[in-house]
Amino acid sequence: MSRKSISRRGFLTATLAAGSTAPLVLPALARQYQGSEPWTPDVAMAPERATPAPAKFFSPEERTFIEAAVDRLIPKDEWPSATEAGVAHFLDGQLAGAFGRAESWYMQGPWEKGEDSQGFQSRLAPAPLYRAAIKAIDDHCGEKYGGRKFADLSSSDQDDVLKGLEKGDVKLKGVDAKTFFTMLLQNTIEGFFSDPVHGGNKDMVGWKMIGFPGARYDYRPYISKHNQKLDIEPVSVAGVDSFGAGTPSK
Amino acid sequence: MARKLPSVDVLIIGFGWTGAIMAEQLTAEGLQVLALERGVWRDTSTDFAVTNAQDELRYRYRGELFEEPARGTLTFRNSPTQTALPMRRLGSFLPGTNVGGSGVHWNGQTWRFLPTDFLTKTHNEQRYGPLAADMTVQDWAITYEELEPYYDQFEYLCGISGKAGNLKGVKQEGGNPFEGARSRDYPNPPMEMVYAPALFREAAAGLGFHPFPAPSANMSRPYTNPLGIGLGPCTYCGFCEKFACGNYSKATAQTTILPVLMRRDNFTLRTESEVLRILKDRSGKRATGVEYIDTEGQVWEQPADLVILASYILNNAHLMLVSKIGQPYDPATGQGVVGKNYAYQITSSVDLFFDDKYFNNFVGAGALGMIIDDFNGDNFDHAGLGFIGGGYIAQWTTNGRPIETRPVPDGTPKWGAKWKKAMRDSYLRSTSVATHGAVMSHRQNYLDLDPTYKDVYGRPLLRMTFDFTDNEHKMSKYLTDKATAIAKAMKPREFKVNGRDGHYSIVPYQTTHNTGGTIMGANPRESVTNKFLQSWDVPNLFLLGSGAFPQNAGYNPTGTVGALAYHAAKAIREQYLRAPGPLVQA
Repeated sequence: MSRKSISRRGFLTATLAAGSTAPLVLPALARQYQGSEPWTPDVAMAPERATPAPAKFFSPEERTFIEAAVDRLIPKDEWPSATEAGVAHFLDGQLAGAFGRAESWYMQGPWEKGEDSQGFQSRLAPAPLYRAAIKAIDDHCGEKYGGRKFADLSSSDQDDVLKGLEKGDVKLKGVDAKTFFTMLLQNTIEGFFSDPVHGGNKDMVGWKMIGFPGARYDYRPYISKHNQKLDIEPVSVAGVDSFGAGTPSK
Repeated sequence: MARKLPSVDVLIIGFGWTGAIMAEQLTAEGLQVLALERGVWRDTSTDFAVTNAQDELRYRYRGELFEEPARGTLTFRNSPTQTALPMRRLGSFLPGTNVGGSGVHWNGQTWRFLPTDFLTKTHNEQRYGPLAADMTVQDWAITYEELEPYYDQFEYLCGISGKAGNLKGVKQEGGNPFEGARSRDYPNPPMEMVYAPALFREAAAGLGFHPFPAPSANMSRPYTNPLGIGLGPCTYCGFCEKFACGNYSKATAQTTILPVLMRRDNFTLRTESEVLRILKDRSGKRATGVEYIDTEGQVWEQPADLVILASYILNNAHLMLVSKIGQPYDPATGQGVVGKNYAYQITSSVDLFFDDKYFNNFVGAGALGMIIDDFNGDNFDHAGLGFIGGGYIAQWTTNGRPIETRPVPDGTPKWGAKWKKAMRDSYLRSTSVATHGAVMSHRQNYLDLDPTYKDVYGRPLLRMTFDFTDNEHKMSKYLTDKATAIAKAMKPREFKVNGRDGHYSIVPYQTTHNTGGTIMGANPRESVTNKFLQSWDVPNLFLLGSGAFPQNAGYNPTGTVGALAYHAAKAIREQYLRAPGPLVQA
């Protein structure tokens, strides 16, 4: 066959194979691009912004637990604690959204625990996992510490409980303690260091604390400044401040 | 029932790097080319604008550019005796989705494999004797010398920044002395180094090694490629891997091919169209097209004369298996080829902590670094070492993104007051030395279909059975020891070695360098394709991507993936179109 023979059919002259009775229609929903490179002016895909609105996910009791827990993971020193930096607010928004519902994760059964090397195997998406774990941990504290909840324990008792979860020594009803702890720690760090547009890292304190300049995109003036402390003011993708001072952290 | 559409000359499944290369090459030949992409259209100005692109949570941790396991994932186990379970969320590797594919969020580390990498079996047997019993390495069906012009073609498409170490057999000062001969230098000079790679260069050279600047798809200066498309200089923003470049400074399909390809009348792109299977005629020796589904759930039959499978390597293997093309590999007998020789990469690192030095890692770029290749491939004598293969050792300064890149000294708790203080003390004053090692193919590392778990369309998921073997552990230990020696010579206050011991885990991110499963080879008994990436079983089907690698080398794969795509395109243009049929006789 010649090269012509492979090109013998253009779109317009195409013939349907024998036996097909389907009408010749191009797909309606799939998008077809031809003849140009499309783009959409003026709408550069903005991130979804966290809002300073009241709680979307945590009940007041759950919020109390979360603030106590994240403030042990990132406690206050000369820099703000996790809650002061907006981490509980961040978690509330995340758990109320696509992340909380595990929208992009594969959540079909059957369910087995599996090996550590096989990763996350909980049938609970993050939102129900947090909800179940908070209750189970408060129940555990109630049994061990004379009816008190996690948030009412001393800092050192709280640390003991968290260490028990981290190691898997504390057994919780209906929830894998290590799975929850791993997620809580990761999400807390995310809330402390992610762009303020997502509701945490209030006033970019996480970035200021370590010296990360944030969403800057041109560092060419600094390439040759070897071994120098740069002290560059951070910026957010939302601008200098995400949703203004006075964002309620509670 | 599937509705049938008019036929096209060429149908490309998946529109990432290799799909775009092939579409550009075959539309230039005058063919009517249609690409089907399951994701959506993505362009720099709309979707990766510099005002939004540097968002670590959104892209790295919420995965806006990555495949969603909800739509289709794989199951994983370390050995055939275990029950494979679904990869429910992404971890160890991050395949991309949407137009541009994984190429949108790569770092841009653009390598050629060594000449001996293409002769893994014969070269190593000749030098070291018989290989380990279950090591199933094979020679590539192609040599470095055959592939060299196509490496060159891909590097000039991309505008790679680098320094040649071997021009036509003559060693060049300051380049990689171990590399194969190049026909000409890189299109752009190396990137300017920040402090950490400069310190690494000094330390490595002091130990007698041969440091050179990494080959980079981040532009060291403005560049216009052979298609006439311009790229801008890299601004060292530190958001390359896992992110899209908002600045037209990283070579991707979007920045090097699409502005030209999309204007060609004989090219059509259809997005939000997921191919369910490749269709064959009754003989089973000819692909007649594909069946795909749109977002409304309508199934379409798209006929074509020539089918190019250009999706991610794991999806290529999956589509071959669900389409029942080629004999699936059976590890018990060693028979069969589809799914055989899945391989990966083994990595390790050393973190360095200083009191008196500022590294400012946020001033970085995806392929900014200094490398030594002294312990890659067969660049060193393996006699008595108990392994073959190797890897490079590097100081990469890719980023200072604080959720992901936050080393703290050995012994620091993972949370609490001590962690917080260590984070503050270490962030600006730490750096790292990394190793990036080969994975040889092994009888029990393979891909097949899972007996239990299904994707959203009811197809069985791909099942991955993989673990590091003794060869990888010994090799990685050896590399890590060398990396540690360089780290010490950089004189840190203290350092932390992050070795890669024990079983492979699908949880922590390592690399998106999955290889094999649809390997190339000399004959249909031991491979899925010939050297032109043409299916032995179905000659009007070509399979692009790193699935062709018979085992993985110690380098990032994209340079070789691009070169193989150009090599296949040339064979289609100059040989296949004149006489459609097998290009190599079985």
